Amino acid sequence: MQAQSTVEALGRFAECGYARERVEDNALLRGAGRFGDDLATTAGTLQAAVLRSPHAHARLRKLDITSALAIDGVHAVLTGEDVREWAAPFAVGVRQPMQHWCLAVDKVRYVGEPVAVVVARDRYVAEDALDAVEADYELLDPVVDPEVAAQADAPVLHEGVGANVVNDRHFSYGSPDKAFAEAAHRIALKVRYPRSSCTPIECYVVIADYDVAAGTYDVTANFQGPFALHSVMARALKVGASGLRLRTPPDSGGSFGIKQGVFAYVVLMALAARKAGAPVKWVEDRLEHLQASSSATNRVTEIEAAVSAEGRISALRYDQLDDCGAYLRAPEPATFYRMHGTLTGAYDIQHLEARNRVVLTNKTPTGLNRGFGGPQVYYALERLMQRIAVALDLDPLEVIRRNLVPADAFPYRAPAGSLLDSGNYQSAIEKGAAEGGLDELKQRRDAARREGRLYGIGYCAVVEPSISNMGYITTAMTPAEREKAGPKNGAVATATVGVDPLGGVTVHVSSTPQGQGHRTVAAQVVADVLGLEFETITVNVELDTQKDPWSNASGNYSSRFAGAVAGTVHEAASRIRKRVAAIAAHQFEVDASCIRFGDGRVTVADDDRLSTSFRRMAGTAHWAPALLPEGEPGGLRETAFWSPPQLAAPDVNDHINSSLCYGFVFDYCGVEIDKVTGRVRLDRYVTLHDAGRILNPAVLDGQVRGGFAQGLGAALMEKFEYGADGSFQAGTLADYLIPTTMEVPEPVILHMETPSPFTPLGAKGAGEGNNMSTPVCIANAVADALGESDIELPLTPSRVRAMIGIDEPDAPEGLEPIKPAAGSGSALQASDSVDMPGDPATVFDAMLDPKILAKIIPGCHDLQAVGDNAYKADVTVGVGMIRARYKADVNLSELEPPHALKLSGVGRSAMGTAEGSARVRLTAIEGNRTRLDYDYEAAIGGKFAAVGARMLQGAARVIIGQIFSRLAVELGGGSNAGSWMKRIVDLFRRLFGRSKK
Amino acid sequence: MKPAAFDYARPESRGEVLKLLADTGSDARVLAGGQSLMAVLNMRLAEPALVIDIGGVADLGYIEIRDDRLCIGANTRQAELLAWPELAEHAPLLARVMPWVGHFQTRNRGTVCGSITHADPSAELPLSLAVLGGEVVLERRHWRRGRRVVPAAEFFQGLLTTAREPDELLTEVRFPLARADHDYRFTEVAMRHGDFALVALAAVIGPDEIVLGAGGVADRPVVRRIPRDRDFDTELNIFAWSLGAESDAHASAAYRRQLVRELGHKLLTQATP
Repeated sequence: MQAQSTVEALGRFAECGYARERVEDNALLRGAGRFGDDLATTAGTLQAAVLRSPHAHARLRKLDITSALAIDGVHAVLTGEDVREWAAPFAVGVRQPMQHWCLAVDKVRYVGEPVAVVVARDRYVAEDALDAVEADYELLDPVVDPEVAAQADAPVLHEGVGANVVNDRHFSYGSPDKAFAEAAHRIALKVRYPRSSCTPIECYVVIADYDVAAGTYDVTANFQGPFALHSVMARALKVGASGLRLRTPPDSGGSFGIKQGVFAYVVLMALAARKAGAPVKWVEDRLEHLQASSSATNRVTEIEAAVSAEGRISALRYDQLDDCGAYLRAPEPATFYRMHGTLTGAYDIQHLEARNRVVLTNKTPTGLNRGFGGPQVYYALERLMQRIAVALDLDPLEVIRRNLVPADAFPYRAPAGSLLDSGNYQSAIEKGAAEGGLDELKQRRDAARREGRLYGIGYCAVVEPSISNMGYITTAMTPAEREKAGPKNGAVATATVGVDPLGGVTVHVSSTPQGQGHRTVAAQVVADVLGLEFETITVNVELDTQKDPWSNASGNYSSRFAGAVAGTVHEAASRIRKRVAAIAAHQFEVDASCIRFGDGRVTVADDDRLSTSFRRMAGTAHWAPALLPEGEPGGLRETAFWSPPQLAAPDVNDHINSSLCYGFVFDYCGVEIDKVTGRVRLDRYVTLHDAGRILNPAVLDGQVRGGFAQGLGAALMEKFEYGADGSFQAGTLADYLIPTTMEVPEPVILHMETPSPFTPLGAKGAGEGNNMSTPVCIANAVADALGESDIELPLTPSRVRAMIGIDEPDAPEGLEPIKPAAGSGSALQASDSVDMPGDPATVFDAMLDPKILAKIIPGCHDLQAVGDNAYKADVTVGVGMIRARYKADVNLSELEPPHALKLSGVGRSAMGTAEGSARVRLTAIEGNRTRLDYDYEAAIGGKFAAVGARMLQGAARVIIGQIFSRLAVELGGGSNAGSWMKRIVDLFRRLFGRSKK
Repeated sequence: MKPAAFDYARPESRGEVLKLLADTGSDARVLAGGQSLMAVLNMRLAEPALVIDIGGVADLGYIEIRDDRLCIGANTRQAELLAWPELAEHAPLLARVMPWVGHFQTRNRGTVCGSITHADPSAELPLSLAVLGGEVVLERRHWRRGRRVVPAAEFFQGLLTTAREPDELLTEVRFPLARADHDYRFTEVAMRHGDFALVALAAVIGPDEIVLGAGGVADRPVVRRIPRDRDFDTELNIFAWSLGAESDAHASAAYRRQLVRELGHKLLTQATP
């Protein structure tokens, strides 16, 4: 290969393949990184805060911004009306009559959806003003579960579409029906992959300005690409591509795909700047990020294999339902089609059938997330491989081995169209098993089992695609629709190498790195090509769409750097080398083929006397153009564009080579499960990667470690929880748990190198493999340890313990357990009772008396009658240090004097919504007293549900309990605050001390 | 995630703190380590009129032994207690518990008394105080009844709810010192290291009686006294059910009850370490 010969010629200077320490780290470790929030802003830049929907599904009836605008320091409030005037909905990847605006214009469809943007002097004032915007919603039934959403009678998010399944495609390759009919075994599995995300430290940052004279926008955002979305943004802003200048900061606090989703806020803040007539800066906070930025899709998959008696698979059948959240936001439904050509994984399976349905639910829209589509597919496929082994009583690794693509079959065309470029999966597995100590791990398992411990081994083999085909997304359309839309394909990469008048070399890439170390590796590649010392190469990774070379495939995704971008850097550097060689040949009066580069010098082969420093030789192009050979124009700067010919558009039979390169990952692990706590402990995790030629082993290992930690998080703890009402319940990092260094063991990392024939340097991507392999590998090990088939992530201690089985002794006599909360998430129901003085009629009348009602509602400042037994109240409620002020509607209904009534309330506050109702029954008891029994239901939505999930049930119980204990105090007469506190204490004593209903 | 506007005071004497509390009452919040309060303020879960930073009050930071009590002042950081050389000798339960309290970063700021007065039902320090039968000192501005000592059993009243009145400052917490013939044990299951407990159990094992406490299950730490001649499993089952466990996103009620039974059994029957 060309690249290798270059490196060989360099001898001791070879940088590629060397674990060079990252040039990025010096600044990062000194706290001198320049992230989006660190960048200097223009004088007069204002700060934005986003008002977000507390409801999962509602019609936005009215938005009153008068009070917000009256607050000192508030400059403007952007609403749906402005957006309708200045912008267009985002383009969608499927043909359906649904609109997604950057701000809700008529309906809200997920908790956290932007409803208005306040622009103010500072963020404090902006957040004050958020609390002053009054939004009036008409609540609609939400739908959260994808299988429910796909049913005909489900609430519909987009009325124009009329259903929630917005894309339904069926694919058949080969003869799957025949293969299934002839198979000795049909083995099936249904799996649900949960919704999770890879969580960067840095959230979204946007700094936007509007040029009123030119009618153009200038935005700096920590957008990561793909820059195909630049077109989506420009169209939404109703300008040409040059009308949206988009720039990226020098450093990134991580992305893992999720910073793709900032594009919607680029448009939003651009419009906010236009509205405010001043530059606007917005820094997303953690709650906003967790709740409303983006996530991976959750997916329900039914998968089935046609299997021979020996465990050889002849056909696969997928039925996949992908939940993309409330809107199909570009580039969705790409989560499906990124993996489409590779649905048969690492296996030689000839026949394939797939049904892919995209369903929308009242959850945050999904988007790029490290592993993109891989975790969902491999969770189904590799779990199925384990099930086949169990069903046929074979060793799971043996089932994997028997189905692998043969080593001599590369490049191998998979049935759905992926062209697996290179590999030797058999050798990889032998190497992984031998060097990772599989035999010893099996002995550990056997020894543990002999002692009665729960120990299992899991395996998985994964093909890791990299360098996405920009055309794969069009597989979501039918061939006829594609014909109409025109072909899309390829993956254009670009890089620029320039030499300045003093001989310094500067490299620019449009790969918008998110912490991987692109500057380091690009410098290594150029140092090799030009024979220069690594330290002399400067790499700039900022991108300015107005000044820098870029294309629609630019950006940081699909692990495209090593294969595509580094290869293009090599091409640009090689052009410089060729030109400098021609200049040197002219000066030395030799043939250009005799020119050698190395040690920072340009030298004639076999003649040391003819040698000049690179600096001086290259400088000739600037300082002495007259000395240049004919055809050499002077100046020294080369921009290379590169697109691989293998990435064709999908054909009429829906074959799609969805990626250029396909690495291989073989993982296995041993887990031990604590029988009491259900905790899964990784005893050893071995991961072998074949990512083609390795450019920097340390950078690669960093990628493997990071992906492994995130895969472990997905396997054991990460999940975005939603209530049945669509409330989001993972709004802090104490609710959405990501593994810390304490929870992540060091994996055994192994490598082999089978170069790709399709990339300039033979390298493939390797950034996402463990996000794809680790969740299912751990799941397979847990399945092995427990002998269970139905494994659902995350494998929390509680869930695992439930699988082990809880043989619970009955509650002791006289101690009835408290009725567990019904419903899911924030909705809760429970019962209680309290005794009070007076007969039922007295108690009943007291509750209908507004004066008493005002006294018994905790924290009631004001209660105004607005109808028969209907009131508006101003209430401050809370527990401990937490307090929120609610505007509430209170109603007494279903009156059956003096036996029963229903007390209900709906409150709105900046913290979100609270609803509660209690059915009250009054029974006379001895001593002229009354027993008040009540069943209550409560639900809390919005911010408190997101950040207070851990406390919700307890808080609601405290507050509702207070109402009736205060009633008892009122009826007791002559009480003071101290004694109602005592009553509450007594109430709790009863709750936990003695029998209760 | 910015707090609403509030007034900020950093008095230098206990008297000034108490005066501010007397004047402002429930509209004031006391800031010590800020490990819960700052998050609550930033998320606008509370919008107090006044934040009283007690960090400048010099005589509130101490660890000292008085009578048979380990007394800790309101400004003492959790990290200071963990680093106190005599901790294992005088308060072996706390020596076991402290590494489970948050992370070293949060312990560097968070105070012992702050955790007690916040009364998070999953927090380890309130559980320790309850199971040891300690007490807290509450002070207010009053010419005669300015100071009261409240036992843990009366202090913890429910979810984030204590006997502290809005004008009172928790100035000191008192843990009974270790007794020679007693053994002190602690165990916890959390999702991750340093997380709030799914279930935490602490036990004081005396010659005649065991005092067992559970955190993370009920709305406050709950303590049960178990005579040593009773059948532990029966007692643990009663205890497990009496806590009224509930299911949440991280663990089911049945799981929590089972851990009380099984971890409790281990805790009560294991040999003295």
